[in-house]
Amino acid sequence: MSGILASMIDGLLIGSVYGLAAMGLSLIWGVMDVINLTHGSMIALGMFGMYLLFAAIAGNPYVLLIPVIAAGLLLGILVYWLSVNWVVGRSQLMSLLSTFAVNMMVIGIGTAIWSTSPYNVDFSLSGITVGAYTFTGNHIAAAISALLIALLLEAFLYHTRAGKAIRAVADNRDAAELMGISSTRVLMVAFAIGIALAAASGALVSTLFPFTILSGAGYQLKSFVVTVLAGLGKPFGALVAGVLLGLLEGAVSPFIAVSWIPLIEFGLFVIVLIFFPRGIFGKATA
Amino acid sequence: MKRATLISFLLCTCLAVSCLAQQTITIGFTVSRTGALNVDSLEQYRGFELWRDTVNASGGIKAGGKGYKVQFASYDDESNTKRVQQLYTRMILEDKADFLFSPYSSSLTATAAIVTEQYEKIMLTTGAAEEKTYKLGNQHLFQMFAPASQYLTAALDALKAKDPKATVAFVYEDASFSVAVVTPAKTYAQQLGFNVVFTEAYAPNTTDFSALIDKVISSKATVLLGGGHYADGSTLARQLTGHKVPLKMITLLVAPDSPQWSELGDAAYGVIVPSQWEPQSTFKAEYGPSGADFGNAYTAKYNAPPSYESAGGYASGLILQRAIEQAGGIDTAKVTQALNATDITTFYGRTRFSTQPNEHGLQVGHTIFLAQWQKDKSSKLVKQVVWPLAGKSADLLYPIH
Repeated sequence: MSGILASMIDGLLIGSVYGLAAMGLSLIWGVMDVINLTHGSMIALGMFGMYLLFAAIAGNPYVLLIPVIAAGLLLGILVYWLSVNWVVGRSQLMSLLSTFAVNMMVIGIGTAIWSTSPYNVDFSLSGITVGAYTFTGNHIAAAISALLIALLLEAFLYHTRAGKAIRAVADNRDAAELMGISSTRVLMVAFAIGIALAAASGALVSTLFPFTILSGAGYQLKSFVVTVLAGLGKPFGALVAGVLLGLLEGAVSPFIAVSWIPLIEFGLFVIVLIFFPRGIFGKATA
Repeated sequence: MKRATLISFLLCTCLAVSCLAQQTITIGFTVSRTGALNVDSLEQYRGFELWRDTVNASGGIKAGGKGYKVQFASYDDESNTKRVQQLYTRMILEDKADFLFSPYSSSLTATAAIVTEQYEKIMLTTGAAEEKTYKLGNQHLFQMFAPASQYLTAALDALKAKDPKATVAFVYEDASFSVAVVTPAKTYAQQLGFNVVFTEAYAPNTTDFSALIDKVISSKATVLLGGGHYADGSTLARQLTGHKVPLKMITLLVAPDSPQWSELGDAAYGVIVPSQWEPQSTFKAEYGPSGADFGNAYTAKYNAPPSYESAGGYASGLILQRAIEQAGGIDTAKVTQALNATDITTFYGRTRFSTQPNEHGLQVGHTIFLAQWQKDKSSKLVKQVVWPLAGKSADLLYPIH
């Protein structure tokens, strides 16, 4: 196996986790027109949720994802009522400031509790070796988990009444309300799902790399790149774009210093904004 | 009545005299209690703390007929250079620190040195090996660690003796210390005839080394040298093990010296660390405690063996203490003069500072060891000194597997 192929497979595996993280941001952005700046801190809370559960129970972390997602949903409802409900429908600056304030509170409390020292979820699955290259079991399991969660979200949005209500509100909030859909409840559920997805992606990242309460910021930035790549409000596009971003990282890293990769990513971000302002999966409006 | 007044007068006089004789000196420094450097920095702090407690328990530093109790002014720098700049100014201006110890790491120390030199305050640096800071004309800066350029030369010498045809990869943190270590080491490796097949620096906050590891495998390197500090070094070692990279030798900076390293399990095994001091060192101390006494006192207090950062912290206190004693007080000019004249062996090894104008304060007496994590008879991971051969406690394990 060549180094480039191995690097691309590594990129593909981590890219699916980027995609899952971006799905949460994209869902909230698309349905509510709210740019959720708590996203990074919610990813970090997902990491610590997994760490605490694993330390307490020492179970399989992929099973522990279920309580992390459940806690993410509850936290999402709480954050929605605290900071988002009041600013829905108002200027985006209001929602930016409101969610930024919550983000700073979470970071502050998290720093007081856990400091900014690195933590690890000490769990490893045996990987798959092809020639000289080994793909770790944790990366493979994280990618499979991310894809499964994405499929479950798709099933929810397209095959349940609540999911259809979310899509209806995203398409046309006024029309959905005229059809008897409670938009406030739908927005709350959409926000909670977005936070749960962020927490789930954080929990998966915690099985791969060490983390601190500040670690979510880097993934939040990647989520923005992925969301813009996919087009705003396109959760499944975000998953595909996340995988593409991972593949891109893998494809270029054999040829340039790894520390240059963020430059490539954000260069791509600017190019997409200029030439494809609706994202690579976005439709042009008439 | 007259007698009572006389007794009272005498008591007051004695009290005043004893107050004058027992003074306090304040030593300021920051500790990275949080952030990426916290593991190494806390170990350094423990060295300072043990020295202070030992000195105070024996009545303080005795100089010029006075006893000086030691107190610390210390803050958390959060592993952040901006905090260091603010806090060193605060310790000098508000806490009225008489002397300073450095923060942990070359980059934080470089920032602190700008402040301490501006106020003409003496700072003993420990955990700060990069040479550049000592080549800027500073007059009050004194380095306790052997300079960065020495860190990997010992590893390369040991490798030359074992496997002169090894292919070498340098993978290191893009931080001032690691760059200062690797740049001369790469030149030295080429001088020794090694084929350096891969060199790349990574960002200090890197957690995902997959891409770099793929490159190391593709380069067919048999030996990896590099790393930086605890957070990145331990992550790199874990991921090298996770990816089953077939390396014959791994030498990482700083991180493997921590007793915490053994918690990495399989990833810890066989890893080599260039070290400023090891508990097995047998220097005959001309001043201060023996290595065994230091090690026992440290383990009794912290329930863990000392690392070289801890030893460096304690030794900094010892060298400052001796300079104050020789100066007969805490006058900056006299203590600076005493430090310039220092050439002594403590439990930590020899300490001598350069007095050349172009490198004033650079450490020119101390040397580097190589320590390797090996398994003892009960399969417990222990650190052994493997280089120099004259001071080894075990043979170098090569290849690792």
